[in-house]
Amino acid sequence: MISLTILSSTLAITAALTGIALVGLALWLAGLMSPRSYNVQKGEAYECGIPTRGESMAQFKVGYYLFAILFLMFDVECVFLFPWATIVGELAATMGVASILSIAVFFVILVLGLVYAWRKGALEWK
Amino acid sequence: MFDFSLLTNWIDNFFEQTCGMPGWLATTVECILIGLLLLTVYAVLALFYIYYERKVCAAFQCRLGPNRVGPFGLLQSFADMFKMLIKELISLNHIDKFLFALAPYLVILASMLAFAVLPWGKGLQIINFNIGIFFLIAVSSIGVLGILLAGWSSNNKFTLIGALRSGAQMVSYELSIGLSVLTIVAFAGTMNIVELVEKQDNLWFIFSGHLPAIIAFIIYMIAGTAETNRGPFDLPEAESELTAGYHTEYSGMHFGFFYLAEYLNLFIVSGVATLLFLGGWMPLHIPGWTGFNEIMDYIPSVIWFIGKAIALSFVIIWFKWSFPRLRIDQMLALEWKYLLPINLFNLVLMVLVIVYQFHF
Repeated sequence: MISLTILSSTLAITAALTGIALVGLALWLAGLMSPRSYNVQKGEAYECGIPTRGESMAQFKVGYYLFAILFLMFDVECVFLFPWATIVGELAATMGVASILSIAVFFVILVLGLVYAWRKGALEWK
Repeated sequence: MFDFSLLTNWIDNFFEQTCGMPGWLATTVECILIGLLLLTVYAVLALFYIYYERKVCAAFQCRLGPNRVGPFGLLQSFADMFKMLIKELISLNHIDKFLFALAPYLVILASMLAFAVLPWGKGLQIINFNIGIFFLIAVSSIGVLGILLAGWSSNNKFTLIGALRSGAQMVSYELSIGLSVLTIVAFAGTMNIVELVEKQDNLWFIFSGHLPAIIAFIIYMIAGTAETNRGPFDLPEAESELTAGYHTEYSGMHFGFFYLAEYLNLFIVSGVATLLFLGGWMPLHIPGWTGFNEIMDYIPSVIWFIGKAIALSFVIIWFKWSFPRLRIDQMLALEWKYLLPINLFNLVLMVLVIVYQFHF
């Protein structure tokens, strides 16, 4: 197994560099092979053939932001649940039903959070 | 079943003993070899997937699909790749140049890292982390950043809407992916992907995990489809309203990277579903049927993995031709009001299964 002799982190860096090399090499090749021509009209933003009105990097609907905040909350909970999930089998074998009581408290608070967001109308798309 | 670690060990020995390289040099050479291998497999798989999707789509629509370039149109995706390489990279006027150039790197980086974690066969994996599946979820969310940057930096209204829709969608469905993976991690008691696969030696998790594993599998497939921006969830690039969504302004090879990453993500999603639920590279074993199991063992592990992954990709492509596109509010309601509560309930169910040992 390769990973016995090389550290996993080295391999992860290798994979990351491979990804960067793929993009870099392909862009370099494309730069060599592709034609180049400059035209002011061609550089305009793609729209139905008429010039863009106003700035496109504008303020946007706040609804997306709300979902991002909700995601953040649940994703952090998910990260906390992962270490517990790896040992839940062992805990259950040694302690039985008592082992899930403490995580149940955490879990109920998480579900209450979802219920609260739901009742407050955060999940409605307006 | 052939253990590929024999081969990799032999290569390692060859460099260290036969060639007499010092440790650091051998590691460097091996890393370069791994990089080249990864690059080749990544590119070939992407080309294969482009061909595969076009053929399957054609079959669903009673067409022939690509059939002119090469036998059965097999060289079509190569021709497409060369076409993309010789297309001009248009320089635009009002874009944020740095972020615009950075976005394809992030998208490819995310899929490449996730791709490197998948074990392809017995002893045939590149990164063997003890937190493998967690690492995979973590790196695959870098892709969202790339998409958001692509849409924002293009300074175009279509791309902005596409990117924000895509961001909301991928971020929401990541929860479902995380929780269904969590269900299986709780059942298996490990996050190491190789160990996860080896625990499915006798029976795949979808069979041994009782009802919760089946529910988790269905939720994973729905969320995975959404995560790759495909099928009924393709509203970030809904071509009838947003032209091409977040990559409208990208041309030539720049666009090619998003295309590549999209197909590779399709493979990664189906590959992870294979690893978690369908036993990865483990052959189909039925307890008690010794003769049948022996025969199944003769099929190489790589073929099992790729076969299952491609079969699951077929299901995801099938979704695309079976369901109409969702609206953004329907899509978010599906995730937050249905999949997430079901998933949380499913996790409780799985814990009960583990504690009371209902599983096989």
